[in-house]
Amino acid sequence: MDPAIFLIQLLNSLQYGLLLFLVASGLTLIFGIMGIINLAHGSFYMIGAYLAFSLTAAVGNFWLALFLGVLLSVALGLALEWLLIQRLYHRDHLYQVLLTYGLILIFEEARSLIWGDDVHGVQVPEFLNFSIPLTETLSYQVYRVVMSGICLLLAAAMYFLIQRTRLGMMIRAGATNREMVQALGINIGLLYRLVFALGIALAAFAGMLGSPISSVYPGMGNQVLIVSFVVVVIGGIGSVRGALVAALLIGIADTFGKVLVPQIAGMTAYLLMAAVLLWRPEGLFKRA
Amino acid sequence: MAELLIEARGLHSYYGASHILHGVEISIGRGESLGLMGRNGMGKTTLLKTLLGLVRPRSGEVKVKGVPVTQAPTHRIVRMGIAYVPEGRGIFPNLSVHENLVMTARAGAEGRRDWDYERVLKTFPRLAERLSHGGAQLSGGEQQMLTIGRALLTNPDLLILDEATEGLAPKIAKEIWQIVRVVRASGIATVIVDKNFAAVNAITDRNLILVKGEVVYCGASSDLRSKPEVHQKHLGV
Ligand SMILES: Nc1ncnc2c1ncn2[C@@H]1O[C@H](COP(=O)(O)OP(=O)(O)OP(=O)(O)O)[C@@H](O)[C@H]1O
Ligand SMILES: [Mg+2]
Repeated sequence: MDPAIFLIQLLNSLQYGLLLFLVASGLTLIFGIMGIINLAHGSFYMIGAYLAFSLTAAVGNFWLALFLGVLLSVALGLALEWLLIQRLYHRDHLYQVLLTYGLILIFEEARSLIWGDDVHGVQVPEFLNFSIPLTETLSYQVYRVVMSGICLLLAAAMYFLIQRTRLGMMIRAGATNREMVQALGINIGLLYRLVFALGIALAAFAGMLGSPISSVYPGMGNQVLIVSFVVVVIGGIGSVRGALVAALLIGIADTFGKVLVPQIAGMTAYLLMAAVLLWRPEGLFKRA
Repeated sequence: MAELLIEARGLHSYYGASHILHGVEISIGRGESLGLMGRNGMGKTTLLKTLLGLVRPRSGEVKVKGVPVTQAPTHRIVRMGIAYVPEGRGIFPNLSVHENLVMTARAGAEGRRDWDYERVLKTFPRLAERLSHGGAQLSGGEQQMLTIGRALLTNPDLLILDEATEGLAPKIAKEIWQIVRVVRASGIATVIVDKNFAAVNAITDRNLILVKGEVVYCGASSDLRSKPEVHQKHLGV
């Protein structure tokens, strides 16, 4: 493979993997810490993209739109947890699947009512809308590089939050012994609400950040949801570190798979999952 | 009597249909040490959980420092100055020793900070040597020291110990009792549940005996010592 093409593919896999990580890290936290299977997680990715579309048009600045979008999705996450999700903690997974599947339908319908069924696009921010030439014919878009940088910063911030702060300790502790966390004076209901909102905001943020390069279209959350579950399973349920490694692996497998073995391009992520599970049935990392 | 930290009346608690507590009355004064006794399955743990709001009584009332808390959430009740060392210890196995300790370290309900990180490590030198270990890598005795240390770091007015020496070698159990003495001497009230009734009796001011969810005896520790027949009847095996 030509080195320039190789570099481009590598940057693409990094960018795809990191974006996937943002979605999957929330999913793995909500599943691993709170025990909730959130099928609607992909919908928040979609909602994020549509928010970026509308807000950018409304306020005229992509970054301001991102900021407002994050605030809105945090609010949405808090409200949903309060209204619905908190009723699921003591229930069987079947109820969780039913309720969160219902949410997918509701969000798709709402999306159709508000935004219609057309495909939309979001403009790449002006000052990042240029490419770095790599060879005479090949170049790489700067926005994609900046996007990966933002994702890496967020990954580092998440690592810091979960591994180094008292809030992170409480989040990890909440995964193993709910009663004891309460008995130490921690409001576990509030803690779970924050974790849920954080996960939702991360998924929505990924949708916003990716919108300039992926376009904005109906059902865009569903495919992301499935791959995110694959990431969670490969990484080990509840492990944010595992989600990062797994998302990057899938980014590489998917991107290079398309180039090297196009016949099975759609399956590489699942083949990777099967291989990892044969080798380590619990995923790469046990819970954080 | 000094200010009452806990005052509960007419507690009836259930697990599903099984009626566990039958109108229990209990009070704990500031700085007091209370031994809660009873054979296996008599409702000691259930009573402690009911006081903390982890089990909700179907009727009856719990007051902490004079404030009714029967319906209050557990986190709010314990923040009024109660620390709980549960049966089975309840350490977080996926957190390091250091993290287990500092996660909920805070000043007490009245702003006291008698117990800080350094003092806890000085009291439990074994923990100081294992700060980066995972909670699950500790021996039973070390885990117990960790839960007690963690509890003390919340600077409570009342420390509740449920079976703190269970499953420990006699030598380690002795260390735990020594620590309980230090805690007592520092003015923290204690509620102690333990299979070793003689040790509980020796260390506490007052004893309360539960039989099938009812208080059958409540009196000074010295008083119980002079009544071997009460001891024999309700606690003997
Ligand atoms: N979660 C539960 N669900 C149903 N029954 C329970 C539960 N926990 C305890 N019990 C029952 O309630 C009764 C009182 O239990 P509890 O644990 O309060 O007793 P205890 O005095 O602490 O006993 P031990 O000395 O064994 O710790 C027992 O008969 C026990 O089997
Ligand atoms: Mg018990």
